[in-house]
Amino acid sequence: MKASVIVFPGSNCDRDVQVALASAIGGTPDTVEMVWHGDSEMAKTDLIVLPGGFSYGDYLRSGAMSARSPVMREVVARAEQGVAVLGICNGFQVLTEAGLLPGALLPNAGLKFVCRDVQIRVENSQTLFTNGYQQGQTLRIPVAHHDGQYFVEPETLAEMRERDQIAFRYCDADDGRAANPNGSIDDIAGVFNDRKSVLGLMPHPERAADAIHGGTDGQGLLNSLVSALS
Amino acid sequence: MRNEPTITPEQVAEHGLTEDEYQTILNVLGREPNLTELGIFSVMWSEHCSYKSSKVWLKTLPTEAPWVICGPGENAGVVDIGDGKAAIFKMESHNHPSFIEPYQGAATGVGGILRDVFTMGARPIANMNALRFGAPEDDKTRHLVSGVVAGIGGYGNCVGVPTVGGEVNFDPAYNGNILVNAMTVGLADADRIFYSAAAGIGNPVVYVGSKTGRDGIHGATMASAEFDDATEEKRPTVQVGDPFTEKLLIEACLELMATDTIVAIQDMGAAGLTCSSVEMADKGGVGFDLDIDKVPQREAGMTPYEVMLSESQERMLIVLRPGTEAQAQAIFDKWQLDFAVVGHVSDSGRFTGRVAGEVVFDIPVRPLVEESPEYERPWVEPKAPAALAPVTAAMEHMAALKSLLAGPHLSSRRWVWEQYDQTVMADTVRKPGGDAAIVRIHGSDRGLAIATDCTPRYCRAEPRQGGAQAVAEVWRNITSVGARPLAITDCLNFGNPERPEIMGEFVGCIQGMGEACRTLDFPVVSGNVSLYNETHGQAILPTPAIGGIGVLDDLERHADLALRRDGDNLILIGETAGHLGQTIYLRQLLNRGDGPPPPVDLTVERRNGDFVRALIAAGRVDTCHDLSDGGLLVAAAEMAMAGDTGLDLNGPEDAGFWFGEDQGRYLLAVPEADTAEILQLAEQQQVPAQSVGRTGGEALTLNAGAPISLAELRRAHEAWLPDYMRND
Amino acid sequence: MKARVHVSYKNGVLDPQGKAIGLTLANLGFEGVGDVRQGKLIELDLAESDAAAARKSVEAMCEKLLANTVIENYAIELEED
Repeated sequence: MKASVIVFPGSNCDRDVQVALASAIGGTPDTVEMVWHGDSEMAKTDLIVLPGGFSYGDYLRSGAMSARSPVMREVVARAEQGVAVLGICNGFQVLTEAGLLPGALLPNAGLKFVCRDVQIRVENSQTLFTNGYQQGQTLRIPVAHHDGQYFVEPETLAEMRERDQIAFRYCDADDGRAANPNGSIDDIAGVFNDRKSVLGLMPHPERAADAIHGGTDGQGLLNSLVSALS
Repeated sequence: MRNEPTITPEQVAEHGLTEDEYQTILNVLGREPNLTELGIFSVMWSEHCSYKSSKVWLKTLPTEAPWVICGPGENAGVVDIGDGKAAIFKMESHNHPSFIEPYQGAATGVGGILRDVFTMGARPIANMNALRFGAPEDDKTRHLVSGVVAGIGGYGNCVGVPTVGGEVNFDPAYNGNILVNAMTVGLADADRIFYSAAAGIGNPVVYVGSKTGRDGIHGATMASAEFDDATEEKRPTVQVGDPFTEKLLIEACLELMATDTIVAIQDMGAAGLTCSSVEMADKGGVGFDLDIDKVPQREAGMTPYEVMLSESQERMLIVLRPGTEAQAQAIFDKWQLDFAVVGHVSDSGRFTGRVAGEVVFDIPVRPLVEESPEYERPWVEPKAPAALAPVTAAMEHMAALKSLLAGPHLSSRRWVWEQYDQTVMADTVRKPGGDAAIVRIHGSDRGLAIATDCTPRYCRAEPRQGGAQAVAEVWRNITSVGARPLAITDCLNFGNPERPEIMGEFVGCIQGMGEACRTLDFPVVSGNVSLYNETHGQAILPTPAIGGIGVLDDLERHADLALRRDGDNLILIGETAGHLGQTIYLRQLLNRGDGPPPPVDLTVERRNGDFVRALIAAGRVDTCHDLSDGGLLVAAAEMAMAGDTGLDLNGPEDAGFWFGEDQGRYLLAVPEADTAEILQLAEQQQVPAQSVGRTGGEALTLNAGAPISLAELRRAHEAWLPDYMRND
Repeated sequence: MKARVHVSYKNGVLDPQGKAIGLTLANLGFEGVGDVRQGKLIELDLAESDAAAARKSVEAMCEKLLANTVIENYAIELEED
């Protein structure tokens, strides 16, 4: 399987996801290709990852400027051909800004950056991103974001539910705190496009992919991709 | 030289220079300075840049060890951590700017310390911070906490460096002068360290990063003056940070450092272009010739004075090898950062600036640095504290514990650290909340342990003990995760050094620190001094904040504080005399601050710590917590809450045993099967050790009294800060 | 020609910053403040001197970048130099 990680100015989880993905594939980090945002061409690839970070400083709106960078025209074209695209955190924001996923990500309802472990429920395990999980399985994965409040018009949300486009929902409050860390509508933590070939999520699976992280629940997502795309 | 009006005595005073200092300037130049030159002297000779009150004493601190690659004097300290790698680190204050504009002050503090570290060739891998605020009841405190925490997070999160720990204290002594001390640790190849000494006559001097605006003019002199009511009017001098540009600057500089183009590199921090140029020229024994018009400028019509004194953020100065300009520029173009050749290295030994070819300042470099004032400020030996008056227990011990855990001093800081990205870079092994944070050395099975500490109330009561204690506690924190302590950085925050009693506190703390560093083999490799932290003559508590690092050779073998098994014995390591003077117990529950602080016996500290570290390194102990603020019962409760495992504690009834803050102590949780052997080992090595409890259940019980559930304790512990900050 | 673009959340989109401002105003004793919405102001210096052409161009900028029309409205103000 060939995977590519897009690097925007201000991306800061590019290396993290490269390392985790390479480990899932079973290679050294350089088996995952890094693609600079200014490139308008990209080698053939099976998976495109838009990493977390603060591309363009989150200025104007999170993800807004990256979504208009040269490489994104190519990403949109590949997505239309059915190439798998994964957006994590800032990558999710870019995907909504680029129109590859419905909705938008607003500042957290608490108005503060939030970095903590959350529990999320797998809402659809029949996809190339989630085939390694059980339907309804609960995962413990960290979030770290300021603009993670998912918003979508009610009519669109109804359609998304009907088409099983909800990938993950925040669930199971612990420590006496709300399960939903950012006020997302319908507790949504991640969504698919209609074809289930594009996934965006706020939690960081690459930060729960190694024993030293204190949990490996994110590894399943990367393994699912490797088994589906290899 | 351009004709300018003569300098008036008022201008000299406004620049914070004394008459004697001005006379030295006249002698150095052999003529009157113009205004730009006066500005340059004033920032170079400010307390912040020249260390004129502290230099004499700083020289007494030990700075060497076989593993030290570079001690104080460069942008940051460098230590060898094995496997061809080096850790580069420093802590720095941004106190005054943070009081005036908490978000930007704290944010730019983080930005500045990051630059100090990546300037030397390191990728920053962890941030820490030590924050001190006024009393919770003070009108300003809530607003300052909110702004500072958001500012630290706003900057660190965006650049993608995890903030892995720190400390937050409240005390009325900081009402008018908060302390924001930020620390960065970076990782580099030990044979790829970059220094600031300029060399190569004719080599290009290159400016990269953001453009220069009128930000922070007089920031360095502001950081060296006492506050008064007019200070709040000084807001425009506070710099605004741009973490996005900083992130690009990190990547661009590291990319440039991978090529063979750099002769010397230095970030522009306090006193901006002036200080960076002068330091680079002085270290290299050369001159600098700058074309001021070539400096990228954000605003039209800036004077040479403004350009030279601006503290605009996210800027660096580089001396390149000749002919590599195009190669270097391509990298900065790629990252969309300004790049300009602004001058060259000269053999004149002078620091010269020109506008349209005309000289606007011309100062000999050596005297600008070497003739800088150095004061042996008078100081008085601090008065020894009176003996502790008798202490009657405030209340029943478990009620006292709950009250302490739910109070401003010992409550959970989760509200703070959840606003910091602790896990970006995916190498964080131990997050905030433990004794020391641990980050993996990327791509290896080894780790770095990082801790910051200081107990200012001890320093006020007895500066020498307090200084030693601050170093010892950092050493102990690093030890209690199993790491080998290597070196420290210090951030010395004090009041007005022109007052002999404040200078006495400074001297005492330095003496204590020096003793601890020597006995514990824990040298100082970098640091910063922040004086004049006073408002209306009210000084802060003496606060020598210490940041330390240690190395873990095998991440599999480290300890943390969370109890993880039922049926373990809780072993107390170290002597417990029941010292209650200057404790949190006394202060919070009895509203008293009397008595001497706990004595620090550095030989015992070392012996006990070496014993504990060896047990962890041998894989025999995986649960350890050091004893500090609040004493034994608080430490035990923290272990129980962290591991969600109860404890049945047994020991004498006196408050001193459970709440005393005797030094050099640890709690270990040891399986029953290993207990006898570990106690025997301790005895052989003359390390006091005793069993004080047993793990199990979901509650804390003391001497068979009424249990208190962990859920109840945790609620109390977690509630205070979020409740306090609810309406920020 | 100068253009001012005001960008604000659409009705129905939660604006926590506006909400916080409203609460703080009430805490400060300002009465009678209803809904508070916080927006953005973007100022552009344009070479174009024809108002209709300028408006058309700024509208395109809004649709393409300056506003996210999923969640935001925009309004354009033009001012002759």
